[in-house]
Amino acid sequence: MNESIEPGSALPRTPAGPVVSLRGVSKRFGGVRALVDVDVDVHEHEVLAVVGDNGAGKSTLAGVLAGAHRPDSGQVLVDGAPVVLDSPAAARALGIATVFQELALVNDLDVVENLFLGHEVGRGGFLDEVEMERRAWQVLDQLAASVPSVRDPVRTLSGGQRQVIAVARALLGSPRVVVLDEPTASLGVRQTAQVLNLITRLRARGHAVVLVSHQAGDLQAVADRILVLRLGRVHGTYTGETSYEDLLAAMTGAVRPSPGRR
Amino acid sequence: MNADGMRGGGRTLAAVDPAPEPPRVGPGAVLRQWFHGEHGVAPIVVGLVLVWVVLAAIAPDFLSAENLVNLTLQSVPVGVIALGVVLVLLVGQIDLSVGSVSGLAAAIVAVGTVTAGWPFALGVLVALACGMAVGLVYGVLSTRLGLPSFVITLAGLLFFAGVQLRVLGPLGSINLPFESWFVRAVQQGFLDPRVAWVLVAVWVLAYLGTQIWARERRRRAELSCVPWSQVVLRTGALALVLSATVGYLSTARGVGYSVVLFVVLVIIADVALRRTRWGRSVRAVGSDRRAALLSGVAVHRTVVSCFVACTTLAALGGILAAGRLGAANQGTGGADTYLTAIAAAVIGGTSLFGGRGSAWSALLGVLVIQSVANGLTLLDLDQATRFMVTGAVLLGAIIVDMLVRRRRQEA
Ligand SMILES: Nc1ncnc2c1ncn2[C@@H]1O[C@H](COP(=O)(O)OP(=O)(O)OP(=O)(O)O)[C@@H](O)[C@H]1O
Ligand SMILES: [Mg+2]
Repeated sequence: MNESIEPGSALPRTPAGPVVSLRGVSKRFGGVRALVDVDVDVHEHEVLAVVGDNGAGKSTLAGVLAGAHRPDSGQVLVDGAPVVLDSPAAARALGIATVFQELALVNDLDVVENLFLGHEVGRGGFLDEVEMERRAWQVLDQLAASVPSVRDPVRTLSGGQRQVIAVARALLGSPRVVVLDEPTASLGVRQTAQVLNLITRLRARGHAVVLVSHQAGDLQAVADRILVLRLGRVHGTYTGETSYEDLLAAMTGAVRPSPGRR
Repeated sequence: MNADGMRGGGRTLAAVDPAPEPPRVGPGAVLRQWFHGEHGVAPIVVGLVLVWVVLAAIAPDFLSAENLVNLTLQSVPVGVIALGVVLVLLVGQIDLSVGSVSGLAAAIVAVGTVTAGWPFALGVLVALACGMAVGLVYGVLSTRLGLPSFVITLAGLLFFAGVQLRVLGPLGSINLPFESWFVRAVQQGFLDPRVAWVLVAVWVLAYLGTQIWARERRRRAELSCVPWSQVVLRTGALALVLSATVGYLSTARGVGYSVVLFVVLVIIADVALRRTRWGRSVRAVGSDRRAALLSGVAVHRTVVSCFVACTTLAALGGILAAGRLGAANQGTGGADTYLTAIAAAVIGGTSLFGGRGSAWSALLGVLVIQSVANGLTLLDLDQATRFMVTGAVLLGAIIVDMLVRRRRQEA
C-alpha cells in the first residue's frame, strides 16, 4: 500500500558518511553573493533543517542540491564522489528529489500529469494512465490531501493543495535525499502534521531530508541538526533542541542572545 | 456514475470530508468539456459548419461531391505544413520559415529527379533530410544560444527562399514528369471505395476497442469510468462522420491517397501528443518551460524535436504541393503559404502562447481556410476578398481562443 512513498525494504546500508556533501560551494547572481564557501553534509537517517532570513541563500542552497543552480565554485559530492548536478533530471537520477519554493508545477497539466512529469510510467512505449492515476491516489491519500479531482489542471487548485501536490511529487519513486524548500508554508494544520509525520517516516526509513523552513514548530518537531545561513554564509550548525530564540539570534547576527531572553 | 468506492472525477480525497461532488460526466458536462476541455475542438467544428452553411447558401456548387473532393486535395499540402506548425506552437515556439522550407524541398525534388536524374524516392529522401537538418539548426540555435525562434525562423524564411531560387536556377520552374508514380499518386490516386470502407471500419473498431480496453483497466483499478452511453455516443459520432465523408466523396472521385497520408499523419501526431512521454513533455514545456525543466523534463531535446518535426513536415508539404501542381517553381511555398499554415493551426484551436492545442486543429483549421478560399473562387471573387475574409476568420478564432483562456484562468 505504501510502496509509492516508501520502499518495501529499508534502503541498502551504505558505509557511514554523508550521502550528499557540499564543499566550498559559492554562487553569485550578478553582484549578489547568494552562497559563499558553504560546506554542508547531509546524512541518512537525518533531517537537516536550514534556516535564515529572507534572502539568506536557503533556496539557492536547495537549488544547488536540486540541480537547478550550478555552483560557481566548490564541489558537490554524492557518497563521497564528486558529481555534476547540471540539471534537475541529473539530480533526480542520483536520488535527490526537491520541492521548490515556487513549487514548479505546470498549471495547464492535471494533477496526475504533474505528479509524474519527467518520470512517467510507461507501458509498451505509451503512457500508462491507469497505473499513474492509481499511484497518484495512493500518495495523495497518504498525505491526507484534499483534492477535488486528479484530472483537473493544477491551475484550479488552492495554494495549499498545490503545495501538497508538489510534496507528493518529490516523494514518488522514493528518492534517497528529499529537499523540501518551505514545504509547509501554506499548509493547514492537518496537512502540515501529515507532511511532518511523513518526514519522520522518511528519516526512519533511512532517507536524508533537507528541510528549509521558517516555522519554529516544524524545526522542533523534526529537525536533527539546524544549519543557519546568513547572507550566504554558514553561520553555525545547531542541534535540533536549540531554542528558536537562539536560532533567531544566529540568523540575524546577534550572535549572543540578550541575557533577558535567556 | 461514480459508484461508491470508485475514484475519480468527483471523489473528495480526505476521508473526513466525503462530500460528493456532482459527477462530471452528464451530457451537459460532456458538451462543456468539448468546448472548454484541454482538447476542445467543438468551437472549431461549429465554426466549420457555419462556414459551410454560408458558402453553400451563396455558392450552391460548393457542397457538390466533386468540389469537396477538390477541397480535400487542396487542403493536404498546407495541412501537412500546418501540422508541423501545431507542434512548434505547442512547445511554445514559432516557425515562420515553413513556406520557404517547403518551397526549397519542392525545388530539391524537382532538380534532383528531373535535372540530375535521381530516382524519385531518393529526391524525396534528400528533400526530407534537408528539412530535418534545417529544424536541427533552428533547435540548436534556439536552445543553446537562447535566440527567440521568431527571429531565427524569420532569418530562415529569407535565407531559404534565396536557396530555393538558387536551386531552381535561371529557369525558375521545373516540370515534374507527368508519368512519374508520385505525380500520378498525388493527382489521380484515389482509394478504391471498398478499401476506404474497410479503413473506416478498422478505424472505428480500433477506436471502440481502445475505449473498451481502457475502461476495463480503469474499472479493475477501481478508478472512475466513463459511462457506456458516452462510449457508444463517441464511437457513433466517429462512425457517422467517417461514413458520411467516405460515402459522399465516393459518389465523385473518392478519397485521395494524399488525403489518407495527411489524416494518418494527424492521427500519429495526435497519439504521440496525448499518449507518449514525448507528447507530455511538449505540452509541459509549452505551458511552463521553467517548471518543466525543474520537473526533470529534457527541455532542450523536446524543443529541438518539435523544430525538426515541423521543418520535416514543411518539406513534405512542399513535396506534396509540387506533386499536386506537377511542377516546382519560384512560387511554390511562397507568398502566403506560411501565413496560411500558421493561421490554420490557430484557427483550429492551437494557442499561440504554447501548451494548448491538438493535432486535429491542423486538419480542422486548414479545412476552414481552404473552404473559404475554395468557396470564394467558385464565386469568382478575387484573391483580395479571400485574404480579407481569411483575416477576419483568423481574428475571430483568436478572439475565441482569448475568451476561452480567460474563462479557464478564472475557473
Ligand atoms: N535567479 C536569481 N537571479 C538573481 N538573484 C537571485 C536569484 N535567486 C536568488 N537571488 C538572490 O540571491 C539571494 C539569496 O536568495 P534565496 O532565494 O536563496 O534566498 P532565501 O534564503 O531562499 O530567501 P527566502 O526566505 O525569501 O525564500 C537573494 O539576495 C536573491 O536576491
Ligand atoms: Mg527561499
